Amino acid sequence: MEKWYLMTAVVLIGLTVRWTVSLNSYSGAGKPPMFGDYEAQRHWQEITFNLPIKQWYFNSSDNNLQYWGLDYPPLTAYHSLLCAYVAQLINPDWIALHTSRGYESQAHKLFMRATVLIADLLIYIPAVVLYCCCLKEISTKKKIANVLCILLYPGLILIDYGHFQNRYNSVSLGFALWGVLGVSCNWDLLGSLAFCLAVNYKQMELYHSLPFFCFLLGKCFKKGLKGKGFVLFVKLACTVLASFIICWLPFFTEREQTLQVLRRLFPDKVANIWCSFSVFLKIKDILPHHIQILISFCFTFLSLLPACIKLTLQPSPRVFRFTLILTLSFMLFKFKLSEIPREAEGTLVVSEVSCALSFFLFSFQVHEKSILLNDLLQFYFFIKPVCLVLSEIPFMSTWFLLVSTFSMVPLLLKDELLMPSVVTTMAFFIACATSFSIFEKTSEEELHLKSFSISVRKYLPRFTFLPRIIQHLFLISVITMVLLTLMTVTLDPPQKLPDLFTVLKSEENELALFPDVKNVNSAKRFCELLLCVNEIIILRIMDLHEEMEDGPVAPYF
Amino acid sequence: MAAFGIATGGGNWFSALALGVTFLKCLLIPTYHSTDFEVHRNWLAITHSLPISRWYYEATSEWTLDYPPFFAWFEYALSHVAKYFDQEMLNVHNLNYSSSRTLLFQRFSVIFTDALFVYAVHECCKCIDGNKAGKELTEKPKFILSVLLLWNFGLLIVDHIHFQYNGFLFGLMLLSIARLFQKRHMEGAFLFAVLLHFKHIYLYVAPAYDGSIRWSSFSFLRLISLGLMVFLVSALSLGPFLALDQLPQVFSRLFPFKRGLCHAYWAPNFWALYNALDKVLSVIGLQLKLLDPNKIPKASMTSGLVQQFQHTVLPSVTPLVTLICTLVAILPSIFCLWFKPQGPKGFLRSLILCALSSFMFGWHVHEKAILLAVLPMSLLSVGKAGDASIFLILTTTGHYSLFPLLFTAPELPIKILLMLLFTIYSISSLKTLFRKEKPLFNWMETFYLLGLGPLEVFCEFVFPFTSRKLKYPFIPLFLTSVYCAVGITYAWFKLYVSVLTDPPVGKTKKQ
Repeated sequence: MEKWYLMTAVVLIGLTVRWTVSLNSYSGAGKPPMFGDYEAQRHWQEITFNLPIKQWYFNSSDNNLQYWGLDYPPLTAYHSLLCAYVAQLINPDWIALHTSRGYESQAHKLFMRATVLIADLLIYIPAVVLYCCCLKEISTKKKIANVLCILLYPGLILIDYGHFQNRYNSVSLGFALWGVLGVSCNWDLLGSLAFCLAVNYKQMELYHSLPFFCFLLGKCFKKGLKGKGFVLFVKLACTVLASFIICWLPFFTEREQTLQVLRRLFPDKVANIWCSFSVFLKIKDILPHHIQILISFCFTFLSLLPACIKLTLQPSPRVFRFTLILTLSFMLFKFKLSEIPREAEGTLVVSEVSCALSFFLFSFQVHEKSILLNDLLQFYFFIKPVCLVLSEIPFMSTWFLLVSTFSMVPLLLKDELLMPSVVTTMAFFIACATSFSIFEKTSEEELHLKSFSISVRKYLPRFTFLPRIIQHLFLISVITMVLLTLMTVTLDPPQKLPDLFTVLKSEENELALFPDVKNVNSAKRFCELLLCVNEIIILRIMDLHEEMEDGPVAPYF
Repeated sequence: MAAFGIATGGGNWFSALALGVTFLKCLLIPTYHSTDFEVHRNWLAITHSLPISRWYYEATSEWTLDYPPFFAWFEYALSHVAKYFDQEMLNVHNLNYSSSRTLLFQRFSVIFTDALFVYAVHECCKCIDGNKAGKELTEKPKFILSVLLLWNFGLLIVDHIHFQYNGFLFGLMLLSIARLFQKRHMEGAFLFAVLLHFKHIYLYVAPAYDGSIRWSSFSFLRLISLGLMVFLVSALSLGPFLALDQLPQVFSRLFPFKRGLCHAYWAPNFWALYNALDKVLSVIGLQLKLLDPNKIPKASMTSGLVQQFQHTVLPSVTPLVTLICTLVAILPSIFCLWFKPQGPKGFLRSLILCALSSFMFGWHVHEKAILLAVLPMSLLSVGKAGDASIFLILTTTGHYSLFPLLFTAPELPIKILLMLLFTIYSISSLKTLFRKEKPLFNWMETFYLLGLGPLEVFCEFVFPFTSRKLKYPFIPLFLTSVYCAVGITYAWFKLYVSVLTDPPVGKTKKQ
């Protein structure tokens, strides 16, 4: 590649930003008795290094599961073990059984940060770079800009390097991205292997499994179920099975082992997710817990079903990517509601989800733009308003990602990470704005609109204002985010609640949320509510997008 | 026209670059800072809480005020903002005071004053011709130049990690150069005179400014007005101290000759090579029994702790010798500027030569002084392939020689990443810019530059884990400074040759 040096520079900038953020504080620093996620990660190293593999997931005198017990799949545990071996070489005190609890020192912090950076460097960053290089139909310059924006996405940086989440997000995301990369480049076996690793690293990735399954199944169908397709299917099944068996091998010795691990991975607290829907309806009081869980699963599944069927019938990478986004968006919708009662946990989930979203959105917008502009805009002008929304995907995704980062502000404030979060968010915004010139895009579209204005007015005249409305909404939401951040930093929330109320009110017209506002008594929760609204709006626009997705395809048949 | 283009259409990328680097600077706030942080805090306290008459006499802290008066006034102005952050930092007796608010204030004061530097870079970009610009934005000389200046590795680590106020001072210097390029000579000279009263290290390049009078259409009236202006600026700065009869004290603070030939860590210049040669000779002498071990002074200079030292074999160097050497080294370039006027480019060349020569032969030179040559050299580098190759050697070795400034573990990845970023970018972009001409480096230069990698690996990753670390702790510093000294001497020599052999611009045009 001609511009390899710019790509290198971009990757180096990403790395530098990561490391500078990691110089800041982490969650639970100097806060006994539980400390934070940082301690959890260290504790896992201690456990995996000192105990035999059979005791990892069991409660015992040496392994108190109440104190940051291991609740991630085996691959996470193996990774901890690997880190522990390195720690043993440097300073055995860091992972001494029992005595090392709450161990904190400058050198140890440096070590932990370095493990994240190395994991990132080995798995996540190559995946991002390769993924962007494999995107077709865009110029080298755009590819580099794409890499820059994805690598600068503040959510992931702040969570992994600032907060220090008790799971290396970048590893599971990196594996998942390798999976997407493999599957879209027709290296199906590699893709499914990478995805299995991702699932085995973090059970959250299971949410992505449906599109993966449907996409690969669709590929098999396409090749003919009796001939090549069947061979491929068998191969894929073998790969998946083999990778799972290898990862779980030590736990297959006894039935109880496997069950215990599963119990640790999927605890009962899932029930809480649906309870939080009580913001809208008091379902909690009406239905028992297990039915709520059932309903939640059904909803998610049903909402995904149409997209998955489409994917099975039409296994193209484009649809695949889109379905992935869709999975996430529905999941997001679900979790969004869950986060209101449980602040920290909830925001973490959101952050994870939006981290996962970031690269899909980005790849998506770059990928889709040309097709949509050329095909849709010129042939189907009656759906143009929505096309406008479509071609604004860079704009929308920037918006979305900004909002998602903003959602983490309360959490980051608690970790004293305000400065890096503000700075990285602004840097990200500048990077997106410059490389995709998001504001120019909208005006450009308006020009396009004018040339078609007569015909548009014939059908749906009021839609011509849509881009402008969205632009205003964007500005308003950015301003609100800034204001709310300022307020949460400077003011004492409870007394100032009325102010926040008005801000919120003027910001969005989602009146449905207001009946419950009285119950919410802190500014942080307001932020999250605001977020919900923002993201719901964005998702709705994305849904429109989805509807339109079916539109252009049909006429070709 | 080109300037207009930047201001209107292409201004977007410039602000993005500037903002980007500003955000990076903000992220560097929690990094390690050196004693210079305390130095500047102390100066804030001195200027804020004491009357002018005490400024250059105050000695509660060991970090006495040793910059010219304008800088003191600058600190005075800053201190009036500082009092809203933390009153305590303005107390002279609060030694080594460093609250989080103090840190924020000091760091942000550097970041904000860098605005002048950004403006100067913008002005400099206007001065270079973008005629042979490629179609791609990233291949335009203007773009490359602004990245080279704004994202300069040395400036980033010296100002925003190590802590100093070089950014706005270099801003003044670049602005003055830009004004000379724009034929606004008086303004340029004025800015430089002001700069001199901010930090006297810029005296090193003052001879080039003298020489520049010649090509700027010499006239008696001009000389008078220039002299008047310089006199006025000096009067404004030094006048109050003259009135208080404190001038000798001020000068004794500004020019302390009590320090040693080299800084604790040898700046990679001629004297580093000289010292190294002395060391090698003494070792050989001991081996061959030519020297008596008892006569060798015990306080070996390479231990890095002792500032006053004696050479064992070679004659010792006095401040006078360094002064003569510096003058001798500077003279040819000034003559060249005087008798072979080459316009602003020639002036810039001799300015860089002045900076480099004084770096090479100066007394008690800091390794940071290399920036004095690196930054103006960036301007030249985008103009000609030959200059670009000199620039790359000078910059890469010069920047590498700054590595010992940051010796703490958390900053190790930052310095390596930033160095890689800047070096890879500068080499590749200049190679792309001059791809039609002959390669920028010959095999020897390539080999030398690649050698920096293994050197770094040895110094930071291998040596600290070997058993010799305790016995010879100075080895990494010694190797770094000698290795870099070779490169910088080579670049200096090459630049000198190119200046002396280049035909004057005027003559080539006539031909």
